Amino acid sequence: MRNNEPAISVSGVSYSYTKEPFIEGLNLDVAYGDITSIIGPNGCGKSTLLKIIDGLIEPFGGTVYLNGKPSLEMKGRQRARHLALLAQGARPPAMSVEALVSCGRYPYHSHMRSHLDTEDKEKVAEAMALAGIEHFRNHDVRRLSGGERQRAFIAMTLAQDTDIIALDEPTTYLDVRACHDIMQLVTELNRSSGKTIVMVIHDLDLALRYSDHLAVMERGSCICAGSVEEVFASGAIEQAFNVEVCRVPSKDRVAYTLFPFDD
Amino acid sequence: MTGAFLVLVTVAAFFVGSTSVGLPEFLALISGGEVSASAKSILLNVRLPRVLAALLAGAALAMAGALIQAVLDNPLACPNIIGINAGAGFAVLLVSAFLPGLFFVQPIAAFVGALITAVVIFFISLGMGASRLTVVLAGIALSSIFGAGMNTILIINPDAYIGASRFLVGGLSGVLMSNLTWPSIYIIFGLLIATFVANKLNIMSLGDATAHSLGMNVGRWRMSLLGLAALLAGAAVSFAGLLGFVGLIVPHLIRFIVGHDNRIVLPLSATFGAAFVVFCDLLARVLFAPYEIPVGILMAFIGGPFFIYLIIKNRKHGDA
Repeated sequence: MRNNEPAISVSGVSYSYTKEPFIEGLNLDVAYGDITSIIGPNGCGKSTLLKIIDGLIEPFGGTVYLNGKPSLEMKGRQRARHLALLAQGARPPAMSVEALVSCGRYPYHSHMRSHLDTEDKEKVAEAMALAGIEHFRNHDVRRLSGGERQRAFIAMTLAQDTDIIALDEPTTYLDVRACHDIMQLVTELNRSSGKTIVMVIHDLDLALRYSDHLAVMERGSCICAGSVEEVFASGAIEQAFNVEVCRVPSKDRVAYTLFPFDD
Repeated sequence: MTGAFLVLVTVAAFFVGSTSVGLPEFLALISGGEVSASAKSILLNVRLPRVLAALLAGAALAMAGALIQAVLDNPLACPNIIGINAGAGFAVLLVSAFLPGLFFVQPIAAFVGALITAVVIFFISLGMGASRLTVVLAGIALSSIFGAGMNTILIINPDAYIGASRFLVGGLSGVLMSNLTWPSIYIIFGLLIATFVANKLNIMSLGDATAHSLGMNVGRWRMSLLGLAALLAGAAVSFAGLLGFVGLIVPHLIRFIVGHDNRIVLPLSATFGAAFVVFCDLLARVLFAPYEIPVGILMAFIGGPFFIYLIIKNRKHGDA
């Protein structure tokens, strides 16, 4: 097994949008089989980091390893069999839910082939069952509610059949119930199918509640990474967000709550 | 159904025309019976190339329109609106003025002109916050520039192109079989490739980040498919002139009927586009008989109002 090898290893990565360096010499390991959340204030570079991990933008320096292999040396489809990304605020396409989920099989097709073989159909059916969206498989994606739509996109990443799923702000624009539904689905996929999950998430409450590991970013570097417990103890969240994090009693698990510092 | 319409109008187009050669002569010809030499000549040398030209131009322009709309994610785009036709037309007039007689150069020049325009439009549409209407306006500006170029050539060198007035509005009268050889090869090649890679457009419709994450090289495919559209539109313009709006009307109609799956929309647009231009050319021949109007004029009468309707619809959805 690859228990000792990180699913994603970001090593010495640098990037900049202007002349000023934005991300410099960033290192981060994402453990295999865990849920890791990248958190940080606006503009700290967390979405940029996710784009670099997915190969959407190429870093100026450094390397990203997916399952131990340098991702920059992979071809698009090859990379897409290691890591699936749910992009932020993906625009709903004019197609049925099932057609959208079927798009997840694209990395397994040659340029000229687009029809689904038996294996593809099985994977698509399985993905829809896992995401619990079979009952609206024939609906137009544009007509779905925000939560249903996000489930459909998650099912597409499941059909991609990768070890790693990256989620960029999966709960943006969702109401509080839908947020928890999506996070519970993500947890279930991690626990039952062993998917490694890495996500950028804005909502600290959700991050603290549903993650195994946290990586805190501030001004383009990762200032602290570790288990939720370790990161809580380190005071990195207070430093990055200028809020107070308190542990609160909860019946079955550790819970946290946040207070802004008065200054 | 589209196929049946295609066959029907194609056959009809053979025996409708300004001379009295009609159905009996056509049937006699295909069954090997007695046909007068003049009837045979009209059928084979006038009507056959014209029908073929209409089929090829219709299929090519409708396919190019479907491709451009999907690649630019812009329902208002089509080869004439974003200036591709004008770019191709300018290039055709340029080579016919300076390299007269070299007919095989025309489709190549048309392709180059179309491609250059497509690349310019592509970069404008990539630009910061370029809306769909901005792309259309840029296309109008490009069309004006190329239009000025074409008129300049025709004023300096009035004999540059025989039937220049027909060329400028788009028409199919006077097309010879020899004009169709090279364009037909390009068009058939382009139609086949586009049909085979149609699924790429479905993946692109998920947005750049998602398409990339699925392993697609989005930039490269967007450029290649736009190039393919330029090849198709350029080939059609080289013999049909600046025939507009086919690429706008036909894909919209097809999507309205069958939905948005490009694997179905693309081949059906080509088929229906072929039938549509044959049908409109037939109308153009008989509507004001004995006068014939170039089919491009008829197309503009239909396409112009349709374009205005699309602009209003686009505005209402708030994404202009």
